[in-house]
Amino acid sequence: MKEEIVIAGFGGQGVLSMGKILAYSGLMEDKEVTWMPSYGPEQRGGTANVTVIVSDERISSPILNMYDTAVVLNQQSLDKFEKMVKPGGVLIYDSYGINTPPTRTDIKIYRIEATEATIEINNSKAFNMIVLGAYLKVKPVVTIENVLKGLKKTLPERHWHLIPMNEEALKKGATLINE
Amino acid sequence: MNDKVTLMKGNEALAVAAIRYGADGYFGYPITPQSEVLEKLEEEMPWETTGMVVLQAESEVAAINMVYAGASCGKTVLTSTSSPGFSLMQEGMSYMAASEVPALVINVMRGGPGLGTIHPSQADYFQAVKGGGHGDYRLITLAPASVQEMVDFVALGWDLAFKYRAVSMILADGVIGQMMEKVVLPEQRPRHTEEWIRENCPWAVNGRKGMRPKNIITSLELDDDKMEENNHRFQATYREIEKNEQRCELINTDDCDYLIVAFGSMARISQKAMELAAEEGIKVGIARPITLWPFPVDAIRKAAEGVKGILSVELSAGQLIEDIKLATDCNYPVDIFYRLGGNVPAPDEILNALKEKLVNKLG
Repeated sequence: MKEEIVIAGFGGQGVLSMGKILAYSGLMEDKEVTWMPSYGPEQRGGTANVTVIVSDERISSPILNMYDTAVVLNQQSLDKFEKMVKPGGVLIYDSYGINTPPTRTDIKIYRIEATEATIEINNSKAFNMIVLGAYLKVKPVVTIENVLKGLKKTLPERHWHLIPMNEEALKKGATLINE
Repeated sequence: MNDKVTLMKGNEALAVAAIRYGADGYFGYPITPQSEVLEKLEEEMPWETTGMVVLQAESEVAAINMVYAGASCGKTVLTSTSSPGFSLMQEGMSYMAASEVPALVINVMRGGPGLGTIHPSQADYFQAVKGGGHGDYRLITLAPASVQEMVDFVALGWDLAFKYRAVSMILADGVIGQMMEKVVLPEQRPRHTEEWIRENCPWAVNGRKGMRPKNIITSLELDDDKMEENNHRFQATYREIEKNEQRCELINTDDCDYLIVAFGSMARISQKAMELAAEEGIKVGIARPITLWPFPVDAIRKAAEGVKGILSVELSAGQLIEDIKLATDCNYPVDIFYRLGGNVPAPDEILNALKEKLVNKLG
């Protein structure tokens, strides 16, 4: 198993954190992982992206030009990464603020309404966990159980009471995928 | 899951590795893309556990001179910086080399020249391996290609520095500094005791206690004959290092038609290019210098035997390629592929360059 994924959106949407949680979840499953962020001005509100690779075997390059899956959360990222999905791969995008939807026919495209889902569960901060939940529904590369374990590893103990809320967000995310 | 395995950024791994080695002091000044080294050290607060000093100096010039001072006392000290900061440190580097003190200096390179960009680069290669400061000196230069090697080379760097009374340098780049990977951390080692320093660093300035003649650490020697003698001694040490400490990783080089030579992040990305090439039936091997100085001449020569051509893949405009040509006595066609100014190539760019520059030309 090898999953090469890019997650891209605005700085502040939790793109890097989502990648980090995915990477930690992979670690919990004894898989090889790399997490390569865009760094610099992006952190302060521009566009941000992260490449995460989860694999059963040793990973060569942490930097890629084609991905198994792209999770994109704004128009700029969609424009940039739609063409970088491998044929037969997966593109998941949040519908909010998208004026020009993706057009490729050789990949599987999932349009999710994650921004609206945050309103439904009354928690705007759980946006990235909702997206992660949707992603894992399409590509169950790690189990929800291990995501929660990974979360525990990344969060300081004083925030552990937020884990059930994150679990709820992951489950909500899974419901956004219509096969 | 193995409890000893954790996930860490390369920069954070450097910080933790320094504490675990039993470092006495870190002196540095923040600069992207390696600021996490100082941040992680401050988060870990080793002054409360091992007694290690962590100090943010007023500038890189101050930081390197604090390292010089600590090293002169036989202490296990380090600094870390990125390219513009490393330029500021060159005077101190030259002085430390002339004073024969052991220290560890880390450069997580970014795009230059000048303030340049904050994104990855390898353009400080010449500065590291040919000497960035004045005078005839060399730095033991280690090039990690993974977060695990960021950890391992901290220990290796200091071991070699103390063994040869030389300055070791870890030459990484923004990719290796910023990426997170699995890493196994070593056990905590105790810091060196004063007794250890007296025994192993008899040259150190740490108080005579009436027992021995004065030790003087200086780079100044106005007697030309003595200064020449000093230089001969430095060179003799460098020849020893060249003889004993060349390190190189060879991947699929036994049966390859084309050889890529690349270090650090470029070796990782080239490996993916090698995998893509194999899918097209092109046999590529990789030689990854781990020590940039001493350059692994013997391994590169061996890897090059029987290949049709060599490609230097670097984030600099023709630096590594010079050492490849010297190592192979220009016996093979050597071409180059690079990206500059903070841009990093994707694996397919490297593969396309390999085809265009070597495969299509040499068949």
